[in-house]
Amino acid sequence: MKRKALDRIGLLFVALVMVSPVVLFFLWMISLSLKYEIDNGAFPPIFIPERFAWSNYVKVFEENNFFLYLWNSVLVTGAATLLALVIGVPAGYGIARLKAEKSAVVIMIARMTPGLSFLIPLFLLFQWLNLLGTLWPQIIIHLVVTVPIVVWIMIGYFETTPMELEEAASIDGATPWQVFRLVALPIARPGIVVAFILSVIFSWNNFVFGIVLASRETRTLPVAVYNMLSFEQVSWGPLAAAALIVTLPVLILTVFAQRQIVAGLTAGAVK
Amino acid sequence: MSSVSMEAATAAKAKQKQRSKPGRFAPNYWPFVIPALIVVAAVIVFPWVFTLWMSVNSWTLGQAQVFAGLDNYLRLAVDPRFWDSLWHTVLYTTLSVVAPLFLGTLAALIFDTQFPLRGILRGVFVMPMMATPVAIALVWTMMFHPQLGVLNYLLSYVGIGPQEWIYNQMSVIPSLVLVETWQWTPLVMLIVLGGLAAVPREPYESAEIDGANVWQKFRYLTLPMIAPFLMIAVIIRSIDAVKSFDIIYAMTQGGPGTASETINIYLYNTAFSYYDIGYGSAMAVVFFVLIVMLSFILLMIKQRANWSDGEAR
Repeated sequence: MKRKALDRIGLLFVALVMVSPVVLFFLWMISLSLKYEIDNGAFPPIFIPERFAWSNYVKVFEENNFFLYLWNSVLVTGAATLLALVIGVPAGYGIARLKAEKSAVVIMIARMTPGLSFLIPLFLLFQWLNLLGTLWPQIIIHLVVTVPIVVWIMIGYFETTPMELEEAASIDGATPWQVFRLVALPIARPGIVVAFILSVIFSWNNFVFGIVLASRETRTLPVAVYNMLSFEQVSWGPLAAAALIVTLPVLILTVFAQRQIVAGLTAGAVK
Repeated sequence: MSSVSMEAATAAKAKQKQRSKPGRFAPNYWPFVIPALIVVAAVIVFPWVFTLWMSVNSWTLGQAQVFAGLDNYLRLAVDPRFWDSLWHTVLYTTLSVVAPLFLGTLAALIFDTQFPLRGILRGVFVMPMMATPVAIALVWTMMFHPQLGVLNYLLSYVGIGPQEWIYNQMSVIPSLVLVETWQWTPLVMLIVLGGLAAVPREPYESAEIDGANVWQKFRYLTLPMIAPFLMIAVIIRSIDAVKSFDIIYAMTQGGPGTASETINIYLYNTAFSYYDIGYGSAMAVVFFVLIVMLSFILLMIKQRANWSDGEAR
């Protein structure tokens, strides 16, 4: 018994060592964001400063239009995810019921294609349609990311839900739409939650679409934080604060929805 | 042996298909798929056709568009900057697959055991994977700073002199890979952990009776059983690493000079810094073909591994 307890403590120690790069990184990120320039420029580095620079966070919002960019991010991610769910959940259902899993190859190819190769033609198209300067180009191009995720996860999910109820309902005279809406959809709710969460995260984190398509007023947060680096005399405190603001929503989501995220990522992977 | 079991499997599948056929109540499922087909056509197929067409044209934005045949592809073949970027991509991808694979497997083996705080620690370990890459990259840039960065300070503790990290041509790619590894090791861990969950207990008990040590048990029992999952991790990691953009662009933009310019970064610069649409499109086509070839080779390896696996059983 004693031997076993010792083993467990040993494993805990090894696990702590493994997790330490993650913990130390985020702690250092917080530390950077809460220090004045003098403390951030000190050598040897200061981990916990004597005075906390909460003003860094205020500065981010006051000087960089961050409320606008936060709102843009919410709109783009929200719209791209909702559209993807509206389009992708029925599609996942249809593909699973048609037993056309082979068509999922299209989705694999979409995943393999570098985002930039979508960008060249769509950039020209949006320019021609005179849409640059609005949020629409970004919402539409984020569908390249969100639709495949949703369809992929929903195919896997609907394949595992039982057919018997649906058959019974259609024998009773329900139309396919009613069967989907009233029988299949309620059962699939956990799958939809997984698809929703992953879609939100990947859309929120996307950077490459924004740097090409966003103008000054339509930047999303990842683009905004990157621009802070390139166009200003770099001051570390506000920059770290901005980086933390950008990634905090996703990190919180990760902590609370860990099980769904793991389920979604590995479901796609193991096939 | 394997062909027999394959035949049996396909026969069973056919039977299953027959049985699950809904008969005369077959509803029409196509309307469910059509909206998605339209979106896929608009944002995935159209760009592809357009890119193919552009790649045989010579067109810099703001100038006249001229049909150029294969000129762009020929230009690519003799462009030293492209070959450099190809080499950077190969190096970056290889390192970004091997390092997370090794560390992720190790982490999975640890998290597969029982110890206090396991759930919480696993949750923390997964966080980098979901964090916004650009935000992460900016913080790493500060940590890599040669004079004020915390990493050089930590190195001084173990007696290693200051490094130039991403500011030196020699160390820039390994430094970027360090960030990529930090972020993506958790994904490998999750995939391998999924594989470990399916591993049966009995062989280990008999191995223990036979006096096998930890390494032998890993080498001859665990490793063969999780091999298909390792292959999946390699495939996913390769596809992601080869098109890595955010981290490289945010930290170095391909620099210093062009020392960390991968194909994806060169493609970006060509299309959106020089607005050379035709040439950029040709590069996109070649890049895509390279990715498909890479995935194809990896899938072939996986297929063969699965077959020999089936025979062994």
